[in-house]
Amino acid sequence: MLITYLFFFFATLAVATALAMVFNKHTVNSALFLVLNLLSLAGIYLLMEAQFLAVIQILVYAGAIMVLFLFVIMLLNLDSETTLFNSIAIKEILVVVLSAAILAQLMYAIYQWIGMDATTPIALGELGTVEAVGDVLYTDYLLPFQVTAILLTAAVVGALVIAQRKIQGQK
Amino acid sequence: MISAEWYLALSAVLFTIGVIGVLVRKNAIVMFMCVEMMLNAVNLTLVTFSGWHNDINGLVIVFFSLCVAAAEAVIGLAIIIGIFRNNLSIDLSRINLLRW
Repeated sequence: MLITYLFFFFATLAVATALAMVFNKHTVNSALFLVLNLLSLAGIYLLMEAQFLAVIQILVYAGAIMVLFLFVIMLLNLDSETTLFNSIAIKEILVVVLSAAILAQLMYAIYQWIGMDATTPIALGELGTVEAVGDVLYTDYLLPFQVTAILLTAAVVGALVIAQRKIQGQK
Repeated sequence: MISAEWYLALSAVLFTIGVIGVLVRKNAIVMFMCVEMMLNAVNLTLVTFSGWHNDINGLVIVFFSLCVAAAEAVIGLAIIIGIFRNNLSIDLSRINLLRW
């Protein structure tokens, strides 16, 4: 029963912070709402007993990536926006229609899937521990794991090359 | 206990909010954060199905997805800095060099 209450708490928090992130005029506030959103998702991972992913979510997303976002926001020194949206009405209508269509399609897919004995509660148990994930990661997925290292190195080098580029006419 | 469809419904709602954000906002950084949130929603779906099938491969895919998201964030923010240097703005409705 506690898990049910906690799930609805975290789910409400996640949806509310997501909406607050989208409809906020200040970029820094948006970033902080996204941190809260990521933390509530980590809580939901914990409810599914995926401890490893919950910790990784907090460390990598809420820790590393969001600090990077905040650094860039403060580096650029942006003004808060006076108008949140483009004032073209037809585009707004298109956005509402398109997002409603996407949500309806996803919900219909889930509704179809419920018929297939989906009512068993979700609990990963032993599978979610660091030991179990590490065991698979360093045996079956060894090559993809090494390729990930190359990917991250390439990303760092690429970011340096792009961000250090000098503007023409300015030494 | 909460069954799988609630997690999937939450994931669908978060994904849709991300889509709305990408379509509606014109600030490049906020659009980028919405893309991160959509990635997170899909990760939640992967973990849910991993728990439903009692299969650990979904969790490993989420781990790789996190690595790709980190690399993508680094490159994307570098590109945003580059755009800001050239235009002194990250308002994407005003950047129309490649539009017709």
